Amino acid sequence: MTTKIVTSKSAPAKEVEKDASMVKQKEMMAAHYDRLTSAPETGEKVCATFVPGNLNELIMCFGLVNNLPEVNAIQNGLRRQSGSYVLEAEKIGHSEDVCTYVKSDVGMMAKGNIAPNGKKFPNPDVLLLSYTGCFTFMKWFELLREQYKCETIMLHTPYMGDGKITKNMIEYMVKQLKDDVIPTLERISGVKFDIDRLRENLRKSTRAEDDLVRVLQSAKNKPSPIDGYFGGIYYIGPIFGAFRGTDDAIDYYRFLRAEVEERLAAGKGPVTPDGDMPKERYRLVVEGPPNYTHFRQFWKMFYDEGAVVVASSYSKVGGVYDFGFRHDPDKPLETLAEYCLGVYTNRNLPQRIDMLTNYVNEYEADGLLINSIKSCNSFSAGQLLIMREVEKRTGKPAAFVESDLVDPRYFSAANIKNRLESYFQMIEQKRASARAA
Amino acid sequence: MKTFVGIDLGSTTTKAVLLDEDSQIIGRGITNSRSNYGTAVRVASQEAVIDARSTLFRRALTEDGGLGTNVENFLSSLDRAVRLEQFLEQLDDLEETCSGQVKGERFAKVEAGVREALVEVFRRLREEAPALYAPGSKRKSDFFRDIAGSRYHTFAEDIARDAGLPYDLLLNVYDKSIIEVENRPPAGDPRDKFRRALARVMEEDASFKSNASDLLPIFERTLAIELDETYLVGTGYGRVTLPFSKEHIRSEILCHGLGAHMMYPKTRTVLDIGGQDTKGIQVDPSGIVENFQMNDRCAAGCGRYLGYIADEMNMGLHELGPLAMKSDRPARINSTCTVFAGAELRDRLSLGEKREDILAGLHRAIILRAISIISRSGGVTDEFTFTGGVAKNEAAVRELRKLIKENYGDVTININPDSIYTGALGGAEFARRAHFSEPDGSNA
Amino acid sequence: MATSLNGSKTTDIVGRAQALFDDLSFEAARQWKAAQPGRKVVGYMPIYVPRELIHAAGFLPLGVLGGGDQLEVIHGDAYYQSYICRIPRSTIELGVSGRLDFVDGMLFPSICDVIRNLSGMWKMMFPNVYVRYFDVPQNYRDEIGGNYYVNELAELLHDLGELRGKPVTDDDLRHSIAVYNENRRLVRDLYTYRAQYPWQAPAPEVYLILRAGLVLPVEEHSQMIRDYLAAARDEERARRDNCRVVLTGVFCEQPPLNLIKSLELAGCYVVDDDLLLVTRWLTGDVPIEGPPLQNLAHAFLHHSESTAAKYEPDLKEKGQHLVRAVRRSGAEGVIFACPSFCDPALLDRPMLQHVLKDADIPFIAFKYAENSGQMQPIREQAGTFADSIKLWSGT
Repeated sequence: MTTKIVTSKSAPAKEVEKDASMVKQKEMMAAHYDRLTSAPETGEKVCATFVPGNLNELIMCFGLVNNLPEVNAIQNGLRRQSGSYVLEAEKIGHSEDVCTYVKSDVGMMAKGNIAPNGKKFPNPDVLLLSYTGCFTFMKWFELLREQYKCETIMLHTPYMGDGKITKNMIEYMVKQLKDDVIPTLERISGVKFDIDRLRENLRKSTRAEDDLVRVLQSAKNKPSPIDGYFGGIYYIGPIFGAFRGTDDAIDYYRFLRAEVEERLAAGKGPVTPDGDMPKERYRLVVEGPPNYTHFRQFWKMFYDEGAVVVASSYSKVGGVYDFGFRHDPDKPLETLAEYCLGVYTNRNLPQRIDMLTNYVNEYEADGLLINSIKSCNSFSAGQLLIMREVEKRTGKPAAFVESDLVDPRYFSAANIKNRLESYFQMIEQKRASARAA
Repeated sequence: MKTFVGIDLGSTTTKAVLLDEDSQIIGRGITNSRSNYGTAVRVASQEAVIDARSTLFRRALTEDGGLGTNVENFLSSLDRAVRLEQFLEQLDDLEETCSGQVKGERFAKVEAGVREALVEVFRRLREEAPALYAPGSKRKSDFFRDIAGSRYHTFAEDIARDAGLPYDLLLNVYDKSIIEVENRPPAGDPRDKFRRALARVMEEDASFKSNASDLLPIFERTLAIELDETYLVGTGYGRVTLPFSKEHIRSEILCHGLGAHMMYPKTRTVLDIGGQDTKGIQVDPSGIVENFQMNDRCAAGCGRYLGYIADEMNMGLHELGPLAMKSDRPARINSTCTVFAGAELRDRLSLGEKREDILAGLHRAIILRAISIISRSGGVTDEFTFTGGVAKNEAAVRELRKLIKENYGDVTININPDSIYTGALGGAEFARRAHFSEPDGSNA
Repeated sequence: MATSLNGSKTTDIVGRAQALFDDLSFEAARQWKAAQPGRKVVGYMPIYVPRELIHAAGFLPLGVLGGGDQLEVIHGDAYYQSYICRIPRSTIELGVSGRLDFVDGMLFPSICDVIRNLSGMWKMMFPNVYVRYFDVPQNYRDEIGGNYYVNELAELLHDLGELRGKPVTDDDLRHSIAVYNENRRLVRDLYTYRAQYPWQAPAPEVYLILRAGLVLPVEEHSQMIRDYLAAARDEERARRDNCRVVLTGVFCEQPPLNLIKSLELAGCYVVDDDLLLVTRWLTGDVPIEGPPLQNLAHAFLHHSESTAAKYEPDLKEKGQHLVRAVRRSGAEGVIFACPSFCDPALLDRPMLQHVLKDADIPFIAFKYAENSGQMQPIREQAGTFADSIKLWSGT
């Protein structure tokens, strides 16, 4: 069930293999960007917010269109725009040291705020500062607020410092939602909050979440029918973005799940841009976000060697569902709080180590690979200890490469390839000596 | 006989090692890496083959016993003679290439003069060549480009001045030609080279000539041995563009680990500080890599950093270590950032700090970075083998010994003067294992 | 209190503070702990923790601010990539090298992702130490953020009670609040005095005096400030033709002392700063009467300093604290000195600079690391800045 897509670049076109689900997702994304950019004509109001702690179900209760700046930065990275945006932001006073998502966003604004569909992004009517798992979010929206001069709502998600969600945390968040977030969204949108509408949205979320988990966990099979990192980024797109709680998401994930189950039944490996991956030789768990400016080149370094990522922490960045959490329509506000508190980057280091250790064991991986992202201290600070601990607990070797989210200057292909190949060969060599023993 | 070749294609030099079936090193070769990796590989291999011949002679002569204790003398004479032959061959090539460059508008008025000058330059080069390879003479490098280049410049300048020719014309001719010559692997049957070399040795030393009747058959018998390139494995930083097919490539980490194991079988931790990167490698008792880490994107603390410092201080790279050894109060250097190194250095010098103290501090800073990379890879387990260019630097070694002792206790630290061949040695052993389908030949 | 009680001179007092600053093994705190059985020490990182709670438990709050420019980091680099700031690696170095082996608890305040993650690392690396990530509200409504904060404080207080084996009472807490009110008043006095007579209380000295407060018992520190102020008033020091600046930079990672010295040498008197904010985070006295935790929470929400790690809900208020600091201290410009790789400080900086621009306040900016060795570029920039301010004010 694959479709051949011809890329529309001016360069000699190379055919890229895409699953039907990818085609469907592309259509969804295109429709969403069209909805966003035509907001000035349709009169729809726009709410910008973040992927971790994305309260799409709530935002939809007010008829607001969700715009996620991280997703825009990713699009700009994939479309090779981010480099010039980052430079633009540095030109207007931002340090080379700081997060390139922010700089890509700021640079994009400075250069006309053009969406992937070529039209201008509308100014947001409200910035919902869902302050979850990343300190930079606060500065990011303060910077946007300075430009747009629009209303900004802080929703503070406490950090799970002790690895547990306390009553105090939930109450704090519910109170913020009830007394701050919801009344402000009502005022801005002119729409009265209807808790039943929220419940309905949450119910829809749960259905898509179930299917997503099935898809991600299909990687426990050998061979894995999916890649849980490079492929996973596509799979999480709708549910982490503007579609959680919609019928579209339900359809997409049902469709995706069927597609994956079909691959599984046929004993097929993941689909890569160069077609089906022929033979699974290495199974890896990956920690950290990917690089987007050289996404395909990076991926190719894996599938060319037969390396499949069977689980990744990044595919949990907009919500951790594989340990049982589902949005609960019976406790609508509490469940939103619990969702925010539980996203991957809001978990403390020991929890992250537990999770990654669990993945290496449960998915029978050959080891942990860390892609350490310069921009993202939330992920990166402490990764060397994570590496050490996971190695110790699993007895499997780990490897470490470095890149950045959307800064093309920070991707050294030769360097990364060198390390990856060494790592794969080391695994191979260890296997050979284990066989001989 | 079967030989197994390991090639380590580094960013500055390319190394080759030849092993026999018993994992014994029979030949080593090194050349500067050029833009053309294929040639670098061929040149290094050929050097290794020449070296291997020498080893075979040694074996044969030792077995024969006729030369008694004179074997080493003979072999070193032979080695110098072979190198001289090779040098002369390349000079011929260079002259022909240079002369081919003398054409076109630029030379319209001076063609005859330039040609005459070239003939004279090369006459002088040839004339002094034997002295370059005389016993006890020191060459700053064995690479053709280095030896021929500096002498060419000297002669050309003199001759151009005397003949009233523009010096830059001659220089230009050389610059255009040397790359071409360098990228042309030496031609001709290597055996003939040996025969010519032997003739030269006999001529120079009567004691060998008197042995000719014994020596010649041994010599010819040994030359007759075919050195089959049974299997080859390549590795190195330039591996991405290594001119081999995939099954002949192993990662530098694996090769380095195995090479260190071959040199010191009890090695469990390897530190390599090269020009471009620093590696910490853990190997198991049979040389299998268990874990490794390399420096992160920041290249601070790699060999190249010392290069910057040397430039900044207007010193030769090899002078840094000895000067640093004179310090008894090392400065605390806070930044190993290559970008800031120069500025910090100038700042400190202007504050009156002593050069040796600053240098001692810099060496410590580099080793501290290395220690953190080793620590990331799993620490130090006895025995510890230190390789790479920086392992030749005594000040760096002193700091390393200190820090290892402080943090890991009494650990045997191995440093091999030939550690530059570690990666190639590992590669050659991989080649041998692959051929005999031994485990962990890791036919990737 | 015009004269120093013990008649000591500023050089003696500063000398003591300098010795405390130089001591990377925290001898003074070790001695305090050893002096009586059962004493405990709780460390905290920048920028703010309510030290009153630790004090109320009878413990010594100990500021842990990285390793400065004198600590050689041998192990810390193994834990951090090159693009992460310096303070966590030197802090780990302090821990791994045993320099903090007498510390019974560590608090990691909510300031950035690096320090946040360090809290989890500390849990893993030092399992016998009480470790808490100390979260503060970013919502400033009493019934929302206030309630949350009161409960967080109560949790911490409960844990501290467990640590000492006896619950901490409200009266313990009231006493500690009073002691810290006094200390904060003295710090404010010191800042006011310096703003008036910066040549009499040079910035490096003020920094050292403040810094001593992070390792000394608060009562002792209050006395030190009193002594210093009295001694400073007694001495007549040379006044230089320096310009007056506010130094700002979030300062979780500390600037090298040489940096602060360099600014004055280059012609800039520091008349206000946001160094060591924990010493004056709460801007007024915390009421003694009434429920102490609520009082602390109320002070935090409504009467505390601004910094990049704290959300500013009102766009119009963004950066105004800096303008006010300039006006209040009579400064002529602002120097931004931000730690390299510090996301909060560096992302905040452009916004603050826009505000200063609108208020016609000149500024310069550079970055540092706690172990920066070269001050020449900083001296040059600060010197040029001072000259340009003088030229500008002359016209």
